[in-house]
Amino acid sequence: MADILIHLVLVILMPPLLFGVINRTKAIFAGRSGPPLLQPYYDLLRLLAKGSVFSRTTTWVFRAGPIVTLAATLVAALLIPLGNHLPPFSFNGDMILFAYLLALGRFFTTAAALDTGSSFEGMGASREVTFSCLAEPVMFIALLTLSRLSGSLSLSGMLTHSSAALWMTSGAALILLVAGLFCILLVENCRIPFDDPNTHLELTMIHEVMVLDHSGPAFGMILYGATLKLFILGAFFLHVALPLRSPDPWLDWLVFCASMLLLSVVIGVVESSMARFRLTRVPQMLLAAGVLSAFAMILVLR
Amino acid sequence: MSSEGILRTFRNGEAIPVRDVPEIALHAFLQGAVDLTGQGWRIASYFGVPDREGVALWCILAGSQGRLGALRSWVERQLPSITSSCPEAHLFEREIAEQCGLTLEEHPWFKPVRYQRPLRRAHEERGSGAGVQPLPAVGDFYRVEGAEVHEVAVGPVHAGVIEPGHFRFQCHGEVVFHLEIALGYQHRGLEHALAGGPHPATVVQLETVAGDTTIGHATAHAMIMEGLAGTEPPPRGEALRAIALELERLANHCGDLGALAGDVGYLPTMSFCGRIRGDFLNMTAVLCGSRFGRGLLRPGGTYFDCSAGQTADLLKRLEEARRDYSGAVELLWGSPSVMTRFDGAGQVRPEDALALGLVGPAARACGIERDVRRDHPFGFYRISRPPLRTQPGGDVMARAKLRWQESQASLEFIHDRLNSLPEGPVMSACGAAAGERLAVALVEGWRGELCHVAITDAAGRFLRYKVKDPSFHNWSGLAMALRNEQISDFPLCNKSFNLSYCGFDL
Repeated sequence: MADILIHLVLVILMPPLLFGVINRTKAIFAGRSGPPLLQPYYDLLRLLAKGSVFSRTTTWVFRAGPIVTLAATLVAALLIPLGNHLPPFSFNGDMILFAYLLALGRFFTTAAALDTGSSFEGMGASREVTFSCLAEPVMFIALLTLSRLSGSLSLSGMLTHSSAALWMTSGAALILLVAGLFCILLVENCRIPFDDPNTHLELTMIHEVMVLDHSGPAFGMILYGATLKLFILGAFFLHVALPLRSPDPWLDWLVFCASMLLLSVVIGVVESSMARFRLTRVPQMLLAAGVLSAFAMILVLR
Repeated sequence: MSSEGILRTFRNGEAIPVRDVPEIALHAFLQGAVDLTGQGWRIASYFGVPDREGVALWCILAGSQGRLGALRSWVERQLPSITSSCPEAHLFEREIAEQCGLTLEEHPWFKPVRYQRPLRRAHEERGSGAGVQPLPAVGDFYRVEGAEVHEVAVGPVHAGVIEPGHFRFQCHGEVVFHLEIALGYQHRGLEHALAGGPHPATVVQLETVAGDTTIGHATAHAMIMEGLAGTEPPPRGEALRAIALELERLANHCGDLGALAGDVGYLPTMSFCGRIRGDFLNMTAVLCGSRFGRGLLRPGGTYFDCSAGQTADLLKRLEEARRDYSGAVELLWGSPSVMTRFDGAGQVRPEDALALGLVGPAARACGIERDVRRDHPFGFYRISRPPLRTQPGGDVMARAKLRWQESQASLEFIHDRLNSLPEGPVMSACGAAAGERLAVALVEGWRGELCHVAITDAAGRFLRYKVKDPSFHNWSGLAMALRNEQISDFPLCNKSFNLSYCGFDL
């Protein structure tokens, strides 16, 4: 019971902190002192207190977009184990639900973008959908590989199975898998080098351009949903890349939080040390990620 | 070379009597302009002066061996277009038609440039609604038809804090077929305000043609006034002007390299160059108290002297800025992810650059040797100048590399000038402007050639003061650079040109 409570508290409260850590890391690399670590929380509070503006050309789809997306991401967050603890819900085949909850969120974001009728948002939606077509197979191949490794059909089974011992036996496959999943982590969360979450240049945006017309609390939900998505995909990634487990449940929660913060720093370092890909390069990178995870699967099936 | 016979040639910064430029028949004038642009001459400025019942046409051409040439003619209401045989005239012609209320015959794309009322006396209002000011960007845009072609309109309100401009893309998926740029949102009626001058405010108005080219425009204006008065600034004043102009170039080139890095999401160079740009601006402030050099230049010389203490301070700051700037730029060249973004993006072919008459770094990045400091030396550059740099390629990479090379040359130049400042006063008295004169000043600002032309009446007042910012040529270059380019690379290409909106809109 305590584990479920902690799970819920972390899922609800921790995600914006990751953005704070990423932004601070980038600021330090750029020689600035940067915004406070808690800035994303202030931003969310500010947005929630604001009024909303809705274009007359939009329909209920536009208003439903942020709500459905956030709800889908929240439910997905209940399926993923954090550290060595079981999630609130777990059943055989829940990974399919997990993947499609994220897809449902994306569907509503793009539908809301198309609903505005703006040429920018249409462009952003088309880019987002193109790239996720290529990103989804990578995710599924990775899930299949993990399932094969652990012999489990539920997310919690396959994710908590990986450990230091597994790295000793199937290290080669896991390295390939980690590389592929890191690409997915960055592309799904619109990070550099795939997308630039901080750019103000409408024509280069992918995800940001789709939410240009949202304002106030709706935009707050989008922002919060984005941090939450980073949180759950980050937790997913850490299970494979850094399976540090502790028998002591409290210590294990601490290890989990620390490794999430470490992951945010790593993302910040990546963003600080390279430029964005040209848009035509993004599909090539995603294909490369697909090939990596496919090889991982071949190694496991062997 | 017979067509050069109709030209009255003179030097940069010189003022010649208006009557020395004979008024020739319109046909001969247009034919002459077309012939001369085919013989190595280039249109530096082409404008109309509303006069009597028609319009006096003036064409200022820049040639080789430091020669400038002037042609003059007269037209009543219909101006035949020469754009089809001389593409660099296209925007000038549209401007003349708009400012003087003329109709262009056979211009391939006849529409307003700034969507403004004609200058002074309105002869005939073009289009519908006489006397009503047209709204910017209202009217037809070039359209590509087809089920798969879509149109993207950007601006005039942008997501960043930048000047307003409207960009209309014809796209096929992510590929741009055509870009049309509509400006005019920043029109302040500058040329209108300058007529009848010089007023006490004239210098200040010209310093604000484009805020980032304050020194450039102030230099050109000072040259005009000195030419009209027959004054020569003292050597120390000339040297300080050259230092200020190169500092302006450094600040902007440095800021541009940082902004280019920012556009591809490469944060370290963006942040460093943003700060170092401030260091260069502060050096201008050491000279005159204004980071943008406002109030530094006045006709006759410079308003401020540079003491030994200031010189030492500047040399120290220059050395520090050079070290930081080199470090920040090394980071940029050292990141493959940045280089792959710059390489091949926004290519302009040299033949297009020549046809459109591009100037400044945009032209030099296409391998074209074009630099007013060398071709039509003025001020201190008659004695010494930074070496001319060019880059092949015509892409974003070439424009970025050229900026760094020019920065290095400017750093070297400023260092040498500071170490050997001529002695003496910085200002000599500038008398009243002579009457009935034509004065032309070309200056290599950091964006390229800017051209001021003044025509005075019998009392020495400005009958017409024509300002041309380099952006006037180079916006067309940006439109060409976007052909068959990814629309997502537009901001990067735009930044690699970094053109002025208010300098264009006047």
